[in-house]
Amino acid sequence: MSSSSEMSALAPNRKLRFATTSLAGCFGCHMSLLDIDERLFDLLERVEFDRSPLTDIKHCGPCDIGLIEGGICNAENIHVLREFRSNCKVLIAIGACAINGGLPAQRNHLDLGQCLQEVYLTGPGIVGGQVPNDLELPLPLDKVHPLHEIVRIDYFIPGCPPSGDAIWKFLTDLLDGRTPRLGHPLLHFD
Amino acid sequence: MTEACLEAGRLDELLQPIVDAHHRDSRLLLQILREVQNALGYLPAVALTAIARAVNLPRARVEGVAGFYSFLHLTPVGRYRVLFSDNITDRMLGSVELMDRFCNRLWIERGKVSEDGLVSVETTSCTGMCDQGPALLVNGLALPRISAERIDRISELIRAQIPLADWPGEYFLVEDNIRRRDALLSVQWPAGEAIRAAIARGAEAMLVEMRLSNLRGRGGAGFTTHIKWESARRAACSGEQPARYVVCNADEGEPGTFKDRVLLNSYADLVFDGMTVAGITIGARNGLLYLRGEYASLLPALQANLMRRRLNGLLGTSLCGQADLAFDIEIHLGAGAYICGEETALLESLEGKRGVPRIRPPFPVSAGYLGQPTVVNNVETLCKAALIAVNGGPWFAGLGTKQSTGTKLLSISGDVERPGIYDYPFGVSVAQVLNDCGAGHAQAVQVSGPSGSCLATHEFSRRIAFEDVPTAGAFMVFGAHRDMFEVARNFAHFFAHESCGFCTPCRVGTALVANCMEKIANGHGSQYDINEIFKIHRLLHAASHCGLGQSACNALFDTLHKFRPAYERRLRSLDFEPAFDLDQALAAARQMTGRDDPAAHFRLGPGTGVEP
Amino acid sequence: MRAQYILVDGLPIPFEEGQTIMQAAMVAEVFIPHLCHHPEFKPQGSCKLCTVKANGRYVSACTMPAKDGMEVENNSPDLNDKRRTMLQMLFVEGNHFCPSCEQSGNCRLQALAYELEMLTPHFNQFYPDRPLDASHPEVLLDFNRCILCELCVRASRDVDGKNVFALSGRGIGKHLIVNAESGRLADTAFSLADKAAHVCPVGVILEKRRGFAIPIGRRRYDLEPIGMQVEGQARRRSGEL
Repeated sequence: MSSSSEMSALAPNRKLRFATTSLAGCFGCHMSLLDIDERLFDLLERVEFDRSPLTDIKHCGPCDIGLIEGGICNAENIHVLREFRSNCKVLIAIGACAINGGLPAQRNHLDLGQCLQEVYLTGPGIVGGQVPNDLELPLPLDKVHPLHEIVRIDYFIPGCPPSGDAIWKFLTDLLDGRTPRLGHPLLHFD
Repeated sequence: MTEACLEAGRLDELLQPIVDAHHRDSRLLLQILREVQNALGYLPAVALTAIARAVNLPRARVEGVAGFYSFLHLTPVGRYRVLFSDNITDRMLGSVELMDRFCNRLWIERGKVSEDGLVSVETTSCTGMCDQGPALLVNGLALPRISAERIDRISELIRAQIPLADWPGEYFLVEDNIRRRDALLSVQWPAGEAIRAAIARGAEAMLVEMRLSNLRGRGGAGFTTHIKWESARRAACSGEQPARYVVCNADEGEPGTFKDRVLLNSYADLVFDGMTVAGITIGARNGLLYLRGEYASLLPALQANLMRRRLNGLLGTSLCGQADLAFDIEIHLGAGAYICGEETALLESLEGKRGVPRIRPPFPVSAGYLGQPTVVNNVETLCKAALIAVNGGPWFAGLGTKQSTGTKLLSISGDVERPGIYDYPFGVSVAQVLNDCGAGHAQAVQVSGPSGSCLATHEFSRRIAFEDVPTAGAFMVFGAHRDMFEVARNFAHFFAHESCGFCTPCRVGTALVANCMEKIANGHGSQYDINEIFKIHRLLHAASHCGLGQSACNALFDTLHKFRPAYERRLRSLDFEPAFDLDQALAAARQMTGRDDPAAHFRLGPGTGVEP
Repeated sequence: MRAQYILVDGLPIPFEEGQTIMQAAMVAEVFIPHLCHHPEFKPQGSCKLCTVKANGRYVSACTMPAKDGMEVENNSPDLNDKRRTMLQMLFVEGNHFCPSCEQSGNCRLQALAYELEMLTPHFNQFYPDRPLDASHPEVLLDFNRCILCELCVRASRDVDGKNVFALSGRGIGKHLIVNAESGRLADTAFSLADKAAHVCPVGVILEKRRGFAIPIGRRRYDLEPIGMQVEGQARRRSGEL
């Protein structure tokens, strides 16, 4: 993190590489990112997108900033999160799910085995059911976790979702070299 | 106790004599709950309702009190309730392995009641038997010196459902283990000697002697005793039943401390003399002794002693033949709550409430028990007061150091040849103590229990005194082969278990710290977690409501500074790791899907960022 | 007699004999963050959000009596950092999933988190599993959001005279209970007209069929941050706003 080449990568005259992804989330935070509307053009003046739903790049290369929506509910989420952590100098958790587990984490007081059993085997109207076991499907974790319980996270943008204005304020602060701050009314948890 | 016993009629039959014996007095709620539980095995919801009605308290208040104390149970427990003492000294003597052995013998699981309702097993905070551990409590009675052989025998006794009264007597034999006698432990006076001396001096002169003695509290805080006494004597009583009270704090819960157990067992007259001297001096007619639940086995002898003193004119009206003097003593039993050693929590508990420390000011000397002026003194402090009554303040001040007068009882345990009670003049060096008790290769001493300080070898020249290393008496020695991380981990769990939960920082902070220590112990720790411990330590120190929270991370702080490698060798990385095992978190899904392919596992080292 | 003052962050604030730091500050409309304090009830001192430094010592502003000349540090990075950490502790101890909570926007815990710029709960979540109580016809209890401030306990005991609420357990297991053998609110004397029904600073005691009545953007703390609501009046008077 501290070698001279990486330090120079933060120089403002270079476009910063920016990656985003949605894990156990609803893409609402990404919709909010799009809500910055024509400011997207301003953003693109300063960053170039790496892995992101907007680029359809499948794997993250070395990046300056990673923005992650959603919490961690399955094995694939962990792999993606780790890929981001090892490639991004700065990792931002965005939205309620990334920050405290959010809606998916409301299953945490239930036993996963019993959940799967009820949904796929014993629930009303199910005949001859089977718990999906295709190798393509990532296995769910027994509990849903916010990002910071799995890897170190540098910044947090709360909200469900945060508004486009909040995201814009946060990103411009960051790009301009200020520690990002969200005051009233941009800072909210819902 | 079976459900049949809980029919309304039968319940009333059991409850009436208990609540009547306590005059249906809500202040005696804790005592009533203890006795009802003794009769029923636990405290079922219907019993709480009936008790609430009998003492005229809201039911939720009664449930709140019952839910606070760890020796009271709202759900059924085994007819044999076995609690393994879980102090680090018990662990060093093999208590963990012994509990496993016991559970295996009886096919039971820790924390669960056996299917036939016969037995349940749990751990409990230090039972004050560190000099003769490992120890356990069976239905509240202490069994020291547990060995594998004894565990096997106890399992058989339980399986054969032999009543505790018919178990071998030597199982319950608690030794005093007095190893060094000085001013306090060499006393051989008849009961009442100190009372007669105090009466001869008169209250005001007694206060002068107390001032000259410069006696400071032996319970840990070290507050000057004569100031307490004088303030309580001068404070105005109030309300409908104006009175002053003397409270003896025998809630000796600090892990590693057992001096009060010995004083109450073999020097009870000195304790009661001291309480009475305090009563005469401050103008109190009532004394209350709050005995920790773990020492319940001392109760019959103490009650008999009080009866004897009443017969001999050493308690009651016309004290020592003085028509204008009266003093009597009641004993209250605690029920498993370390926090009640804090003097205002103790007063709450004496009033039959949850043991939550009060807001101070006001201090007990002006508004204590029932809002009246109250002196709360440690058992040992009161014994010292008795000595001062007889020998005078200057004599006492001639012992020890200038700022720490008199002697101090040390409860020595751990890796020493001669564990037990040592009476030393203040100012003795740690090295001297270690030499006397036969500590061969000590790497550390935890002085004054988990809330005290951890000294490493380079500090062994320091002295036991308020001005250097203050102590409530615990002196736990750790040999070079001990793992100081495990010591700190044990203490972290102790505080999390004993936090009363009143204030946010202590309630949540102690739980977070215990989780941090588990995380490091399980090999998931990183430098991040160590930083977290420091951060929580600073917060607890600054913002906790009482001394428990303020000192809850002391031992971690000390060991992190003095034995850092014990932590570092467990760390997984210098950055950050999750607190749980990732592969294990997929186990439930693997089971449900029947998958065992590579993608159904996390086999690579964490933090590699490489997909399988 | 000369009026007595304390200095809160250098600002002289008058007080009357017997007032706490918090009481004096409230009269002067100086904001000291707090959750368990309420001017109508006996001070409790348990949330510790109002921790200030009085003459160099950390104390709870809500229980510490004001003394003439006392220097009180309140709005400082050190204290706000400690307060933020305690908020984070409260957030992970309970289940504070704001988007699904009817109290969101009117919640004091949330409002203080905004005030102190708490962006993350930071610690690992405890995810408590405390069953809801929907037994009462008018009121729902979600214990997972309880911050143990005891305002409902005090209101029911001291104002309503009903003792509907109490605390049981200890340490991290401490929890709110209701005054019924069944453990159900419906079996207590509780009513929507009780003071206790309207003092919860978070979303534990909720009136049924009233949720989300005020749209986002118009709720109490959407309009103005909690600190400004306390201090705004004072500043408006002095012409700053």
